Amino acid sequence: MKKSVLLGTLTVAGLAAGAAAAGTLDDVKARGVLNCGVTTGLVGFAAPDANGEWQGFDVAVCRAVAAAVLGDGNAVEFVPTTGKTRFTALASGEIDMLARNTTWTFSRDVDLKFEFTGVNYYDGQGFMVPADLGVSSALELDGATVCIQTGTTTELNLADYFAANGMSYEPVPIETNAEAQPLYLEGACDVYTTDRSGLLATRAAFENPGDHVVLPEIVSKEPLGPLVRHGDNDWGDIVRWTLNALITAEEVGVTSENLDTIAGETKNAEIKRLLGTEGTLGEMLGLDAEWAKRAIAVGGNYGEIFDANIGPDTAIGAERGYNAQWVDGGLLYSPPFR
Amino acid sequence: MATMSDAPSESFRLSMLLNDKRYRAYTFQFIALLLLIGFFSYLGVNLVRNLQAAGLNISFGFLGDPAGYDINQRLIEYSKDSTHWRASVVGVLNTLLVAVVGCFFATIIGVVVGVLRLSNNWIVSRLMSVYVEIFRNVPVLIWILIIMAIFIAVLPQPRDFRGANAEASMFLDLFAFTGRGFYMPKPYFAAEWAAGATGWLIVIALLILGFIGSRMIAGNATKIQEATGNRPTTWYWTLGIWFGPLIIAFFVMGLSWDVPALKGFNFQGGIYARNSFIALTFALSIYTAAFIAENVRAGILSVSKGQSEAAASLGLRPNRIMNLVILPQALRVIIPPLISHFLNLTKNSSLAIAVGYMDLTGTLGGITLNQTGRAIESVLLLMAFYLTISLSISAIMNVYNKSISLKER
Amino acid sequence: MSNSDNIVFVRTEMLPELPPPATETGVIKWLRENLFSSVTNSILTLISLYIIYQLLSGFLPWLFGGVWTTSSLKECREVLDGATGGCFSVLTERWNQLLFGFKYPPDQYWRIALAFVLLLIAIAPVLFQKLPRKLMYFTGLFPFIGFWLIWGGTLMTPIVILVGIIAGYIAFTRLEHNSFAMGAAGGILTAAVIIWLGGFVTGSMSGFLALEQVPSRDLGGFMLNLILGVVCVSLSLPIGIALALGRQSDMLIIKWICVVFIEFIRGVPLITLLFVANVVLAYFLPPGTNFDLILRVIIMITMFSSAYIAEVIRGGLAALPKGQYEAADSLGLDYAQSMQLIILPQALKISIPGIVNVAVGLFKDTTLVSVISMFDLVGMIRGPILASTEWNGVYWELWGFAVLLFFVVCYSISKYSQWLEQQLRTDHR
Repeated sequence: MKKSVLLGTLTVAGLAAGAAAAGTLDDVKARGVLNCGVTTGLVGFAAPDANGEWQGFDVAVCRAVAAAVLGDGNAVEFVPTTGKTRFTALASGEIDMLARNTTWTFSRDVDLKFEFTGVNYYDGQGFMVPADLGVSSALELDGATVCIQTGTTTELNLADYFAANGMSYEPVPIETNAEAQPLYLEGACDVYTTDRSGLLATRAAFENPGDHVVLPEIVSKEPLGPLVRHGDNDWGDIVRWTLNALITAEEVGVTSENLDTIAGETKNAEIKRLLGTEGTLGEMLGLDAEWAKRAIAVGGNYGEIFDANIGPDTAIGAERGYNAQWVDGGLLYSPPFR
Repeated sequence: MATMSDAPSESFRLSMLLNDKRYRAYTFQFIALLLLIGFFSYLGVNLVRNLQAAGLNISFGFLGDPAGYDINQRLIEYSKDSTHWRASVVGVLNTLLVAVVGCFFATIIGVVVGVLRLSNNWIVSRLMSVYVEIFRNVPVLIWILIIMAIFIAVLPQPRDFRGANAEASMFLDLFAFTGRGFYMPKPYFAAEWAAGATGWLIVIALLILGFIGSRMIAGNATKIQEATGNRPTTWYWTLGIWFGPLIIAFFVMGLSWDVPALKGFNFQGGIYARNSFIALTFALSIYTAAFIAENVRAGILSVSKGQSEAAASLGLRPNRIMNLVILPQALRVIIPPLISHFLNLTKNSSLAIAVGYMDLTGTLGGITLNQTGRAIESVLLLMAFYLTISLSISAIMNVYNKSISLKER
Repeated sequence: MSNSDNIVFVRTEMLPELPPPATETGVIKWLRENLFSSVTNSILTLISLYIIYQLLSGFLPWLFGGVWTTSSLKECREVLDGATGGCFSVLTERWNQLLFGFKYPPDQYWRIALAFVLLLIAIAPVLFQKLPRKLMYFTGLFPFIGFWLIWGGTLMTPIVILVGIIAGYIAFTRLEHNSFAMGAAGGILTAAVIIWLGGFVTGSMSGFLALEQVPSRDLGGFMLNLILGVVCVSLSLPIGIALALGRQSDMLIIKWICVVFIEFIRGVPLITLLFVANVVLAYFLPPGTNFDLILRVIIMITMFSSAYIAEVIRGGLAALPKGQYEAADSLGLDYAQSMQLIILPQALKISIPGIVNVAVGLFKDTTLVSVISMFDLVGMIRGPILASTEWNGVYWELWGFAVLLFFVVCYSISKYSQWLEQQLRTDHR
């Protein structure tokens, strides 16, 4: 009897799938929901809150894209992925885009056939140690036991860094950030290494964050960004320019608060093009004119999203640093909307 | 009916393909074959289309690329510049290590518990039943995680050993039981010519010689016993031939102990058994032992009481009854399931991934898969490895089963 | 002789029976025989008593000194103030998460509870032959009700599938007199057509008795273990029987398909199959197909357990005396009839203990899904709960709870199987 339920579900699933096999954009529109891959839980970047709602910096990107495409920032199905499953999930079409603090590297872009649509967080790998260990530099870590998340670039950077400095270490591979926490806190490893943003986020969840220090060394470049499958350029454009819209919005001073009024008041043509009151940018993307307006309306511009999720006022307390606008000396530099 | 349908006068009609027992089998097989081919070509076509769409291909070339990651427990030379293939081999060896050590302890614990369960001591047999029921009825993954939690939360970490009035201290100044694993003194040979493997080869050779020697002494004793009726006392000879040469060799080669000591972040020196290794091995052992205990109990119970009574009436002493009558018959019942428990233990060792032990699932099926994104190839290789082990053990078991099967007359 | 009455040193009446010596009676005798019958035994007894004392002296204060009402570990430690006791408040505070996962809508928990109670009712007539047979109709309906309750959506979907299956069954009974194969083919075809047609009806009536739809990704906690266990065991039984029959078959091709399948599945660890479900399977499905992880996992676990069940049933088939097969043939029964009426009922009866063992093993193995980042009971404990700021470091209470849940379920299943074995023993002993 139950066999047939399964078959039935399969049939239904098959029918649903058969309906749509065109580009990702059409798929998403037909489905009415954006499938967005995120981490299984990293406070500040993507984690379900007490009500089971996903919150975070990466989550905000997903919501912005959903708002731009579907008109509803909540029309997102968040798919938690691990370091192991994230790429297969994307390659197999289980998710439409991946926003899982994923480092943009050559081999992922070229060999794994993905398309990184930009950088939403410029990061670097760092080390966190308990303060009472008395370590002030990563170069003092010879012989230490290090917890690393497997399947990440940090694993390779770590091997390179220790080899380059002629130091030895004992790697303890961990599947998720959640599993790393107890190991590190109970002292089963001396050092926890991952992206600095991840370290800050992890530390923020500790009972006594002050007992742990993040060492000054940054051993790698970790540009984190959303990515999509290779080959569907239309879809890639939408994700890329949604992210750029958020960045540009901050640059030109469009916020979620003045969003409705600024288009009428401003003389800045780029704002008008961005918000769709001038030009046909939305149409070129295959969307309507107000796509960017909706994207910004969900969680605000890049700066607002940053401040709300990982900024200095949050538990994570990340400074803007490299992630400031280029005009402020940071690396955020969106191509013009023209 | 058979003679009727075998009549040659009946000519072949198409409907016979469905209605005639002789042909129907072919129809079914043909349909099954078609379905099978259809199913696999469906999968194959999908695979090709998916890979094309994603611009990927199936290739095992990545095995030759440098792995780039480090592995903590390696039985052979390995560094981050070694290939993915070598990383897989390291993983295979780690898997086999857990499997062998786990099977060894599982057997010992299992046999002891199985025998004790039959003990006429009420409290002991009850205690053993409780052990068996608790361990059999809870997932092994939970046991692995619990034992790992003991390591993480209960045992002192190296930092607790530090300082003038440290919270923890080494046992006898030789052993350190820390949350990161156990550190034990490691024997080595100080004499230059015996350093490294040479010394251990000599030890192994001496052990083999000792074995042969003790067999010869025993054989000689039996001969004398058969000739004169008195068995000469030989235990000191046996002891001498086992240990005499060994002690001399140890002395000549300068046996020394490398005692672990706290240096920097960790203990250095000695033998280091990692927490993940111990947690995995121990959990697998006690879990599997619960099943083996049931097995052993069933095996011993399967030998009917008449057998031991008959042997006793022949005048055999209790230990000879056990060795000559009960065990050979019980083993026939015990060994086949025992081997399948070994097989299960080996397969369960793939849960290593839950505690970060770098077995094959951790290297090839874990980090290599993650870093290269070669999911299909990695999982295929992974399955092939386990399949090879399983099939070869089953093959051995079949041969064994044939050799012990009752010769019915 | 006559004066014997007068002999003073001969007693004339029987003495009353004395009680046996204190060492040969009651508690002392029992103790002597069962605990201190020899030196070794005495030592073993003392060791055992010591172990039991150690275990209980650690466990009981922890259990009874426990704190049940705080909202974080820190608070709990403050309440305990150095005294021994467990922080069981993690269980009360995260109770729903442990049982239902952290994403199932809280206002819908009643559905799960209801489904669970209905499951018990549905399973009862299967387990206990003495219950009225009419309850079996409910058992037949339960998969549909359960599906609807747990996943939500319109009731039309299960109804359509149910109608399809009933129609298929009717077609099967109509066609069966031709041949079993014809009946089966006709039945499956009818069911498929009806379900396909029903798909359009469902589409237009998507609001009919609709419960809030819950994506299967949101299932979690112990509920997920139970769902996987129940669904996979019930699915793998028919498949296992088919595989076992196939392996016994004279038809070479079918036999070899079954042999290869069974040996392959039994040769690899379940975790590799879960990896397949998780990272590989998607490549083998048509582009754009997107059926969720839980379904993929169900398929894989079902394949896994059906191979093991097939081997158990094969053992049962092999244990039947050859005379049974020959007797069935001599009655003129065809293959399907002889299997249905003679062979399988006996073979399945012999296999019941083995099948139950496989079922228990499978239920335990459902915890492995936590390795592929599904949040079952183990996944919940390892992930969201142990990593949360409030409960960082509460190991014993959580793992003890997990052990308890699994032990209760698995132990009662194995006790049931022992009881059933007794019931089914029809030979006279």
